[in-house]
Amino acid sequence: MNPAGAFKIRIDGVGRSFGHDGRAAPALVDIRLDVPAGELLCLLGPSGCGKSTLLNIIAGFIPPTEGRVLVDGQPVRGPGADRGVVFQEYVLFPWLTVAENVEFGPLLKGTPAAERRRLIARYLDMVGLTPHADKFPVQLSGGMKQRVAIARALANHPSIVLMDEPFGALDAQTREVMQEELSRIQRLEPKTIVFVTHSIREAVYLGDRVVVMTSAPGRIKDVFTIKLPEVRDRFAPEFTRYESEITRVLKEEVAKVRE
Amino acid sequence: MARGPLLSTLAEMMEWGLPGPVPSRRRALALRVAAILAFLALWSLASGAVVVFKLFNPIFLAGPWLVIGKIVQLAVNGQLWGHVAATLGRVAIGFSTGALAALALGLPAGYFRRVRNLVEPVVEILRPIPPLAMLPLFIVWVGIGEGSKIGFITYATFFPMFLTTVHAVQQVDPLLVRAAASLGARPRQLFFRVILPAALPEILTGVRLAVALAFFVIVISEFIGAEEGLGYLINDGRNFFLVPQMLGAAVLLGVLGYAASALVAVFERRLLRGERMR
Repeated sequence: MNPAGAFKIRIDGVGRSFGHDGRAAPALVDIRLDVPAGELLCLLGPSGCGKSTLLNIIAGFIPPTEGRVLVDGQPVRGPGADRGVVFQEYVLFPWLTVAENVEFGPLLKGTPAAERRRLIARYLDMVGLTPHADKFPVQLSGGMKQRVAIARALANHPSIVLMDEPFGALDAQTREVMQEELSRIQRLEPKTIVFVTHSIREAVYLGDRVVVMTSAPGRIKDVFTIKLPEVRDRFAPEFTRYESEITRVLKEEVAKVRE
Repeated sequence: MARGPLLSTLAEMMEWGLPGPVPSRRRALALRVAAILAFLALWSLASGAVVVFKLFNPIFLAGPWLVIGKIVQLAVNGQLWGHVAATLGRVAIGFSTGALAALALGLPAGYFRRVRNLVEPVVEILRPIPPLAMLPLFIVWVGIGEGSKIGFITYATFFPMFLTTVHAVQQVDPLLVRAAASLGARPRQLFFRVILPAALPEILTGVRLAVALAFFVIVISEFIGAEEGLGYLINDGRNFFLVPQMLGAAVLLGVLGYAASALVAVFERRLLRGERMR
């Protein structure tokens, strides 16, 4: 057995119910997961399975009603700079330019201006937005906004990045480009990433492991370890095999919701 | 393409939305100037008609040129500036104190539910009372001098500013707060770097409402026991039947109020650089 500290994130019997006591509806039941440092873990499940709730609990936005989440062996008590978050809705600060959004975290920490300029240059270059540094979020497309959000999260040097369906609002082409970008960035500067998605292709393309969750209340149904090369080919036979295997497991869950 | 200058056609509305296509800056300015000239023409015509058809004593409706002439005359002989300065000074002091008080109470009331529950009931009971109903009380309490006039404006501007401020803070997208918190923002930083800038657009709407209201109430408070100010000029004109002076002071109030809201608009464009830019 590993001691708690050996994992970057330990999700220890986490449960969460919503509503007032008496008639509380459980959204998550007994989630146990260990995420080693540097892993990209995908949470996959039908909508309403509580995968975003789990992410919000790891982020510290909402407390679990049962169990706890440990990061580096320490229980999570609230949001913190060690866990960067990328939202589906981008959530850029509209009154700040692209560059100012990126330096927001370092600025809060009191990072000197010269160092902040270096961070802006490095991370805007990483997401390919250097020419747009002085634009405001309203002037950007959805894909560009999400690149800014990723740069903003990374420039703060978190050890964990939590991504809540980050590419869900993008069109299919942009989405695939963004997946490739993320996979490239992850090779460049590895982080522990928990990535929520409802796209099987996306999960197989990005994940080191894919956790399939059951429909409400959310439980862990299955965990797939994706043994594919770092740079993945969406048309390789092994890729398709994972895809169809996970599809089969997930279909049972979607069918259950219908009943 | 033939384009109706005032109304959008159905086809234009379908293409551009209800306001129709955006006219060029020059075209818009030309329309605005034309509208003012047309208003002046209509006014001249009406006052001219009174003279020609002997409808009533023409002293009651002075034409625009007489009124403008009166303004120029007062400006040249120097009497005007004291009055303008008195009115603007009262508005400036009264509005700033009212706005500051509204921010000082409204920001915490929007942020903390407990403060809101303490402050809001009192404000909600006072708010429906027209500020004018309070003017005699102010005079009884503070006396007839500057204090009651400025205090009255402070009181009147407080309410719109307070309400918009509370609402603005409450409306801040909680996701912005989450985003900032996960970037490491502490409560103080959260307030100054996220809540305040996020609430600013609506707070500025409150500023605009409050400025308009300040000009609205200043005149009335200057009717009573004032020796200076545009409201005094109007009341003084009434006592001595100086209609051009009354209308002149009213026109000046309109122009000053317009200038003040234009100033707020400039301020808004500067502060809301990100939100207004496309």
